[in-house]
This record gives sequence, C-alpha cells and structure tokens, in this order.
Amino acid sequence: MATESGTSTRLRGRSTGLDAETGLAVDAALAGLDALDIPTAQRRPLAARAWAATWPKIGALALFLLLWQIVVWSGWKPTYLLPGPGKALSEFGSRLGTGHFWDALARTLVRALEGYALAVVIGVVVGVVVSRSTILRTAVGSFITALQTMPSIVWFPLAILLFKLSESAILFVVVLGAAPSVANGVIYGVDYVPPLLVRVGRSMGARGFSLYRYVVAPAALPSVLAGLKQGWAFCWRSLMAGELLVIVPGHSSVGADLQNSRELIDTVGVMASMITIFVVGVLVDAAFNTADQRMRVRRGLIAEGTSAVRAARGGRGRGVTGSGVDPVGGSGDGTVPHQPADTGAGGADGGHAGGAG
Amino acid sequence: MTAVRSDTAVRIDGISRFFGAGAARVQALDNVSLDVRSGEFLCLLGASGCGKSTLLGLIAGLDAPSAGTVDTTGRRAGMMFQDSALLPWLTAGGNIEVPLRLRGIRRGERRERVERLLAMVRLAGLADKRPHELSGGMRQRVSLARAFAQEADILCMDEPFGALDAMTRDLLHDELERIWRETGVTVIFVTHDVREAVRLGDRIVLLSSRPGRVAEIFDVDIERPRRIDSARVAELATTVTTRLREEVGRHGH
Ligand SMILES: Nc1ncnc2c1ncn2[C@@H]1O[C@H](COP(=O)(O)OP(=O)(O)O)[C@@H](O)[C@H]1O
Ligand SMILES: [Mg+2]
Repeated sequence: MATESGTSTRLRGRSTGLDAETGLAVDAALAGLDALDIPTAQRRPLAARAWAATWPKIGALALFLLLWQIVVWSGWKPTYLLPGPGKALSEFGSRLGTGHFWDALARTLVRALEGYALAVVIGVVVGVVVSRSTILRTAVGSFITALQTMPSIVWFPLAILLFKLSESAILFVVVLGAAPSVANGVIYGVDYVPPLLVRVGRSMGARGFSLYRYVVAPAALPSVLAGLKQGWAFCWRSLMAGELLVIVPGHSSVGADLQNSRELIDTVGVMASMITIFVVGVLVDAAFNTADQRMRVRRGLIAEGTSAVRAARGGRGRGVTGSGVDPVGGSGDGTVPHQPADTGAGGADGGHAGGAG
Repeated sequence: MTAVRSDTAVRIDGISRFFGAGAARVQALDNVSLDVRSGEFLCLLGASGCGKSTLLGLIAGLDAPSAGTVDTTGRRAGMMFQDSALLPWLTAGGNIEVPLRLRGIRRGERRERVERLLAMVRLAGLADKRPHELSGGMRQRVSLARAFAQEADILCMDEPFGALDAMTRDLLHDELERIWRETGVTVIFVTHDVREAVRLGDRIVLLSSRPGRVAEIFDVDIERPRRIDSARVAELATTVTTRLREEVGRHGH
C-alpha cells in the first residue's frame, strides 16, 4: 500500500472497492434500516394546499367588509363621511383605469425601492461590521435598537430643515427607518449561528471570508430574512408618513393623493388610496412569506404548510385527516406526528421577533 | 491484521489545556503525550468530560494548547462530529462539495468526486437529498464522506456513532473498517463506549478524568474482522472497563 500519497489518490486508484457478496448483504441491511428511519413527508396536492392557505384570508376579508357595511348601515356617520365598502372598492376599481393612478403608484414604489435598497446596503454593512467586533457590538448594539424604536415621523422636521421639501428628505427618513431593522437582523443572525457549524466550517478549512460565505451567512439567513421583512415594513410606514408631510410640487404619489383627498373632504378618495396602500402591503408581505416558507421547507424546519410548533403540539399536522382539535398534545394513543430532525439551524430562527405589523 | 507502519502521523508532546480564568479555571488536559502511528486506528476512550473532544480539537487544529505542542507531521486532519453536523441548507452532495470548493476544485471534477464519495459510503444517487430527508445513519455516512472530501490523512472522529441505534452502529463499524483499510487513512476515534473501542481500535488510549491524562494504553491483538459480540472482544472490554472504573472511581471522594 502507498504510504504518503494521501487518501485521495488511494481513493482515485480504486473503484469504490465493494467486494461483491458482503457488499450486497451490508447494502441490503443498511437499506432496510435506512428505510425504517427515514422521515416520511406526506404532501397534499398543490390545489388543496393553495385552497387551505387562501380560504381563511378570503373569509377574514369578507368578515371585515361585512362589519364595515354594518357600521355604515347603523347610520353612525353620514355616508358622505363614511361610505360603504362597495363605494370605496368601486372607486378603487375605476382609478385602476387612470394614468394618474399608475403615475402616482410608480413614483411611490420607486421611492420605496430606492430607500429600501439603500437601507439594505447600509444595514447589511453596519450589521456585519458590528457583529464582527465585540467593542462595536457593545458600543452601538443598543443604539441601533433605540434608533429602530424611534417613530420615523419624528425625523421629518429635521429632514425638512436639512433637505427642504424634496425627494432627499423622504429618502433620508425612509433609510433611517428601515436600516436599523436590517442591521439588527444581521447582528442577531450572526449571534445565533450554532458554534458547532462554525467548528465544522473551520475543520473543513474555511477561514475569514470563506467561513462567512459557506457557514455564517447561510446559517444567519433566517434572521436576516426576518430583518429584511421588518425593514420593509418600516420603510413602507416611513414612506407613507413622508408622502403625507413632504409633498414635492409637481410630483404625484399615493401619499400626496391621500392628503389631497382629505383636503377635499373626499372620503371615498381617501379610502381608495388606503386600499392601494393596503394591497401593496399585502402583496409584499406575501412575497416575504413565500421566501421564508421555502427556506424553512428546504432546511427541514417545517413540513410544507405547517409550523413545527403546531405539529409538535399534536394539532393538525401535515394534512393527515383527523379531528384537528387536540388541545393536550398527542392523542390518547400517544401518536405524535413524526418531526423531521432539526439539523442545527433552529437556533438561528428564534433570534428576534420579526414583523413590525 | 495489517502491519502497522512505523512512522508517526501525529506527535503530541506534553500538552495541557486550560479553560476559563481565575476561580472558574478548569484544566481539561494535563501533560498529555502520545504518538499516533501512521495508518493506525487509534481509539481515545474515557468518561464524559475527560477531555476527549478537547484533545481531538487540538489535533485537528481547531484549538491551540495552553502548553505543549501538537505536530501533525505535515499531514492534513479532517474532522467528523457526533451529530453529523451537516449544513442543513445544503443537500447531501452539497455538503460533501464544500471542502472541495474550499480547495478550488473545478465543478466537473467536484461532481465526479462527490459521486465517488457517496458510492464509498453506499449512498450512490442520493446527492440531492437534504439532511432532514435522511436517516441518522445515512447522515453520519454523508458526514463521513464529507470528512474524506477534505483529503485528510488523519481522520478525527468525535463519537460519530454515539446517537445511532445498536444495529445501525454495528453496520457502520463494518463500513468504517472497510473504508479505513481501503484508504489507509489514520483514524483517531473518540468514544466513551468500551466495546466500540475494542471492536475498532488497533490501540486504545484510556484517558483519566479531570484533568485528562493518559492513564493507560491497550494494544488490541484481536484479528480483524472482529465482531462486537465475540468472546475475545468481550474479554478485553471487561479488562478495559475495570480499569476505566478505577479511573472514574478516583473522583468519587
Ligand atoms: N470551551 C470550553 N470552555 C470551558 N470549558 C470547557 C470548554 N470545552 C471543554 N470544557 C471543559 O473541559 C472538560 C473536557 O471537555 P470535553 O473535551 O468536551 O470532554 P469529553 O469530550 O471527553 O466529554 C470538561 O470539563 C468541559 O467542561
Ligand atoms: Mg465530547
């Protein structure tokens, strides 16, 4: 046998070298054991899953519209001040056909994306730098959180003094609103990287940047994603506050339209604008949720369409039919849905509560 | 038994390792000296907390000793951990690929090597499975393949089969022994299971606890292939267990 040639050459020299009979027997035995032990995932058909995810939302929306209509019917306010959902929705629908609506929406979205992109870049850079240094972590860690809790609207007086009524004033506040959440997501993500995985990376020869690239960054991703989502929520809120306060002459926007309708005591117009803002919020939130869901499914943190916590509690698991009402985890016969093993990234997940509402 | 090559793979000379400072200072290892022969299967045996993982981390270069030296004689050490420690965001193949990517091996060759390594651990064709879709035994085999992807001459294994059921573990002992013979790699295998150590090792290094010292070294002169339930394995295991009990017992009072 070679002595110093390294295992690779030895491996390369041979085929995998299974000797036939014992090989087959071991193969069969291992295959049997593997088959018994592999977590089974039961997947419902796509249509069923889509329906299960959609109908509660439709139901909630219908209920909300119904309550709104009931308040209108009650005659609490005159209908010119509080129109019913029918009127508001049809105004929203008819606006969809106007060029002005799309111009305003486009400007608003461009502002949002510009501000968000800048906030993400700043937040990630600050987050990475701070998470690398213990001193910086102590120095600015709580400062970032304090910044995050500051209502963005209080920045506007300063922004207007610094930048006058301009796009820059809006951008300034949007970035200040969103960047701290992104930075915090990165910092917490790095904090919660399982030490074992870092050891694994180092044992494979990853150092410095490659350790970040192959271990730290992907392990921190769940928390980073939560930070990005929260950052978006702050970005959108700050932008709407900004568009109400900072109306740049000649620049139409969703917020400017909203303010305009209020000045004209056009409640239907106000509501149509609010519906626009709501719909954008819902769509972006759905996009973030889809990304989050896919990441969790890929990592085996949840079975498709369920939360691991709910499954562990023994409630409705993965589309297995059952009563679904089982308040004391595990039914009488002690069956608990089989949980896929969490191979380590779980810790990275509980980092900080996401969602700014 | 194949003749053990005379040259030394790892030279451990008088290492100590302290953790913490002041009153909370613990000594995990005290003046441990040990030569690991090239190509041998060495088992490190000791009670929980006696410093086995610490010693292994020092050999693998993940940690530095407080005193003494570890010399791996220019050889590369790879590591395999207890709970497979696969990266959960990568597939089985992706995990095995990481060490190859870290060394800048090109994509085409990487794919080929991943397939070959998977075949070595009898998981051919499962490159696209994700860790959570595999059984515990399969995950450990992926982890073993990943350790081999590091082209290590020294394979450090930290209780790799500790979390597996007995039947799977027995089969993986056979597999590990086969791969060790085929590749000629030097294995340093940490365990707290005496029979496992006797089943696998050429030599067994018994560590005392707190601080960890080399208490005794046993030569295992049982021809391979061995069976974990054979009489000779059981006999030596009894001797080693008695000695281990003595070591642990010294801490009772
Ligand atoms: N990073 C660490 N910090 C402080 N103490 C440690 C650390 N790592 C290990 N120890 C201590 O060193 C001793 C040996 O640990 P370890 O090598 O993990 O033992 P084993 O692997 O044999 O169970 C234990 O008492 C443990 O508490
Ligand atoms: Mg240990």
